[in-house]
Amino acid sequence: MPTPLELAVRLQEAFPGLVSAPTEFRGEATLKVADADRIAEVCAHAKKALGFDMLLDLSSVDNYGVDPRWTVVYELYGIGHGAHLRLKTDVGEEKSELPTVSTVWRTADWHEREAYDMMGIRFAGHPDLRRILMWEGYPYFPLRKDFPLAGKPTELPDTAFTRTAPLEGGPFVTVAGGKDSMAREPRARTPE
Amino acid sequence: MSANADASAPNVTELGYNSKVEGEVVHTTVDAALNWFRKNSLWPMPMGLACCGIELMAVGASRFDISRFGSEVMRFSPRQSDVMIVAGTVTYKMALAVRRIYEQMAEPKWVIAMGACASTGGMYRSYAVLQGVDNILPVDVYVAGCPPRPEALLDALIKLQGLVAKERTVWNQKRDVAPAKYGSLGIELGEKGEVVHP
Repeated sequence: MPTPLELAVRLQEAFPGLVSAPTEFRGEATLKVADADRIAEVCAHAKKALGFDMLLDLSSVDNYGVDPRWTVVYELYGIGHGAHLRLKTDVGEEKSELPTVSTVWRTADWHEREAYDMMGIRFAGHPDLRRILMWEGYPYFPLRKDFPLAGKPTELPDTAFTRTAPLEGGPFVTVAGGKDSMAREPRARTPE
Repeated sequence: MSANADASAPNVTELGYNSKVEGEVVHTTVDAALNWFRKNSLWPMPMGLACCGIELMAVGASRFDISRFGSEVMRFSPRQSDVMIVAGTVTYKMALAVRRIYEQMAEPKWVIAMGACASTGGMYRSYAVLQGVDNILPVDVYVAGCPPRPEALLDALIKLQGLVAKERTVWNQKRDVAPAKYGSLGIELGEKGEVVHP
């Protein structure tokens, strides 16, 4: 049975210059893919040649204030050998697009829709890139760091509306010796 | 109906029929009779949206047994329901669906907001959650709790029965109902009954 690190080294050797040397932490290997446009190619090789037949998760990170802004993370698993491999790739904010891996693992379809819905990263070649949690027509991407927790007011007639949530200094923030929650978070709704 | 008036309000006039006192003759008002019919068979529309829905199921099951109060007929069609029990977190994505189901219910209709989320948004102070279903519906009874105990919902139902018993039913039916305005968002109903967001 190959270890995750051995498989990671084999993936790196297959794409010299594109895939970085693996870093290992607690038995899990992480690889960095330099060019996001070739992520589907790397993933297809990992599935076909290295036996990573399952995509556990696909997630995205907002490195707000840093260029490139997005990091897309792929969690790979092989049912045959039981090894876990993590691929990371960076995408700039101006482009915000990388190829889909739903052609490699069909499960990536909904994962990529979620990443698109929450973070606004597009996946080129995706069969059905619609929002999955928020409704069609919602104008923001709520998981971005510059999106306020309280939300922003929106209006989409006959579909949905949103309003800013009353945060009043933040929910569940308790400081020793500070005001208690009744004083700190007054009801935003004024009695009529 | 025997003399079982609400112990917390001993001065409330009994609206039932007491055969020992009245024999075979019933003296009452139309309002009292209609309200008595209505309050003892409030058919719920179970709007279970989150974990409160599980407690709502417990209320319907044998241990707590909502049928003791005449409300065991959970209708999954709004056309046949009298009281909508909003049990759970109302997201903005669900909000107008909840509103539409409420509009499909026939008059007379009432709303119970069950739990912290349905009442105020609860712990979900976020972009995705409606901060209280009273922003889109006229709520009659709020139930505190996260989720509330089944007894708390039964108490809310009994309180709602008390509200129904006091309604001016005949007068309300003759009255021209003005467009209702709900909640702090000022959402109102337009002339065709559609939701208007000013």
